[in-house]
Amino acid sequence: MRRLPLLVLAGLAAAALAACGGNPPPAQPGPQANADSIAAAERARQDSIARAEADARAREEAERVARQRAADSLAAMGHTTEAVRTMLAAMIHFDFDKANIRPVDAGTLDQKVGILQANPNLRIRISGHCDERGSDEYNLALGNRRATAAKQYLVSHGIDAGRIETVSYGEERPIAQGHDETAWAQNRRDEFEILSGGDALRQP
Amino acid sequence: MTAARRLGGWAVRNCAAAVSLLTAYPANRLSAQDTSVVDRGVRVGIIYRPGVRPGVVLLPGRPAVPDSVRAIVARDLDYSDRFEMITLPGGDSIRLGAAASPARSSERGRTGGGEAAGLNYPLFQALGADFAVALAQAADTTVVTLHDVAAGGVRREVKKRLPPPTSPDFRLAVHRLADQVLQASLGAPGVAATRLLYVMDGKVWRIDQDGADKKLVSSSDRQAMSPAWAADGRRFAYMEFWAGHGQLFVQDMATEKRAAVVTTGAALDFTPAFSPDGKTLAFSRAIEEGTDVYTVNLKDNCCLQRLTVGRFSDNLSPTYSPDGQRIAFVSTRAGLPQIYVMAADGTDQQLFAPFDYGVTGSSNAPEWSPDGQSVAFHRDVAGTLQVFVLDVRTRTVRQLTSVGRNEDPTWAPDSRHLCFVSDRSGYRQLWIIDLETGRIRPLLQQSGARLPAWSPRLPETAASTP
Repeated sequence: MRRLPLLVLAGLAAAALAACGGNPPPAQPGPQANADSIAAAERARQDSIARAEADARAREEAERVARQRAADSLAAMGHTTEAVRTMLAAMIHFDFDKANIRPVDAGTLDQKVGILQANPNLRIRISGHCDERGSDEYNLALGNRRATAAKQYLVSHGIDAGRIETVSYGEERPIAQGHDETAWAQNRRDEFEILSGGDALRQP
Repeated sequence: MTAARRLGGWAVRNCAAAVSLLTAYPANRLSAQDTSVVDRGVRVGIIYRPGVRPGVVLLPGRPAVPDSVRAIVARDLDYSDRFEMITLPGGDSIRLGAAASPARSSERGRTGGGEAAGLNYPLFQALGADFAVALAQAADTTVVTLHDVAAGGVRREVKKRLPPPTSPDFRLAVHRLADQVLQASLGAPGVAATRLLYVMDGKVWRIDQDGADKKLVSSSDRQAMSPAWAADGRRFAYMEFWAGHGQLFVQDMATEKRAAVVTTGAALDFTPAFSPDGKTLAFSRAIEEGTDVYTVNLKDNCCLQRLTVGRFSDNLSPTYSPDGQRIAFVSTRAGLPQIYVMAADGTDQQLFAPFDYGVTGSSNAPEWSPDGQSVAFHRDVAGTLQVFVLDVRTRTVRQLTSVGRNEDPTWAPDSRHLCFVSDRSGYRQLWIIDLETGRIRPLLQQSGARLPAWSPRLPETAASTP
C-alpha cells in the first residue's frame, strides 16, 4: 500500500523532471495549430471540389437523362407532327370552273378542323389553283373563290377566321403538267400550308 | 435584198390565193375573217380586196444603206398590211433608173435626188407600183426618198442620222423611218415603232412588233403576270406573286426602276390598266368576299376606290375607253363571266357584249381599242377560246378567229392589228392579225408566250436607254 503513493510520487517527480529537463520551443503550439487549420482548409477545399464535381456529374447525368427524355419525346412528337402535317397538307379538288366543296372532300376538311382545334397556335394558308383551260386572269378570281370556299368551311366549323389566310395562284402553278382531264383534275385544287405554330403538332 | 424578194414573192402568191377565194365575201371594214390554216408553213385563204392596197417597191439605194436598215424598212412596210409589196423582176440586180451621171449622183445632198432624177416612172407604174422608196446612205445620214409613181415625182425626202446598228436605239429609229414613209405616202400613222410586252416562264419580256430584239424587262425572279402599258409608252404595270398576295408594280421602261402600288400586304391585286391620262391605275383585287375592280391614284399612290361590289360575283380585268370616260370589265354577276361596262367612277354598270344566257360561253380579257370603236375579248366556243370583237356603237359581236385556241387579244395603236395567243401552229405562241385584210403572222416562233400587251406609239426618248 505504501509503495503505491511512492510510485505516484516517483511518477510525479519524473514528470516534473521531464518537464523541467525538456527544451521545447516557446512558439510550438502556434505553428501546430496553423498546420491543422491549413490541412482543414485543404480538406475542406478538397471536399468542396469533390462535392462540386459530384454535383456537376449529377447535374450532367440529370441533364443527359433530361436530354435523352426530351429527345425521346421529341422523336415521338416529331412522328406525330409529321403525321399531322401530312394530314393537314391533304389537298381538296374541284369540278371545272366550280368553287364549291365536293361532298367527297368534306372528310378531308373535317380532319383539318380537328387539327386546328387540337393545335390552337397553328395558322395556315390555303391557296386555290385552276387548270389551264380557263382564261389566265379569270383563273386568279376562280382560285380565290376556291381558297375562300375551304376557309369558309373551316370557319363554319368553329375555326377562328384570323388563323387562315387565303391566296390564289390561278393556273400559274400546276402540279400535273399534262394537257388532259387527268392532269386538269389534279390541278383544280386547294393546297394547305402551315404559316406558323407548326413546330410540334398534336394529333386531333 | 433577199428579204425583199421573199416578201415580194409572198405577196404575189397570196394575191393569187386571195383572188381565187374572193367570191362571196363582203369587203366592208372588219369583214376579214381569220380563215387561214397554218400547216407546215403554208397559208391559204387570206382574203382582202385586191387593188385597194397601193403597191410599193423598195429600190436599191446608192450608196447602199446597211442591209439591216433595208430589211427592217421592207418588213415594216409589209407588216403594215397597207401595201402590196412589189418585187422587181430580176431582183435588185437590174438597172432601174436611167443612167444618172456619176458626178451628179455623188453630189452631197443630191444622192436621193440623183436616183429620183432618173427614175423610170412608167416602168414602175407598169409593175403596179404606186410608190417607190429609195434608201441611200450619205456619210452618216440615211436618206429615204419616197417617189409618187403616178405623179411622176418625189413626194418626200427624209434625212435621218441613225444610231449605229449596235446601239439599242437602232431598230426603233429604223422603224420610225418606215412609219414616216407610211405617213408620207398614205397619210396614216404606222405602228412600226411599237413594241409588245408579254409573259413567258413567269417573266415579262419586251419585243419589237416585227418579232426582233427580245429583251427581258422583269426586274425580279418572282413570277409575274399581266403587263400593261401606260399611254405615254414610258411606263408599264404588271403583277407579281408575293408570299400570299399579288403585288402590282409600275416600272419605268428606260431606267427599269419600279415602284410598288398600294401595298396592303394581304390582297391579291391583278390585271392593272392605266387610265389614258396616266394618273389612275384600275385593277382587280381578290379578297374573301370576291374579286372587284378598284382604282388608285398613281401620282400619290393613294386614294384607293372600289368601283364594283360583287358580293357573290367576281368583277375583274378593267380596260379604259381611250377618252377615259368608261371602263369595260368582266363580271360573273349573271353566272358565267361576260363583258360589262361602267362609267369610270363605277356608276351605270351594264352589260356590254350581248350573250345568250345558258348558251354563250365565258367571255374574258377585254381590251378597248385605241380608236374607241371596238372592244376585243375572248369567248369560250365549244370548249375552246376564240377572239371576238365588240362594236361599241352597235353593241354587236363578231367572231374573229376559228382555228385552234385563240385568247388574250391586244390592240395595236392603229386599231386594225391585234396580237393574241394562239395554238394554231401546234403550240401556244403570239400571233398578229390585220383586221382589214385578215392577214395573220406569228410574232414569235417560241412556245409559251402569253398575255401580250401592245404598246402605244413610242416616244423618241422611250428608246434611249441611259
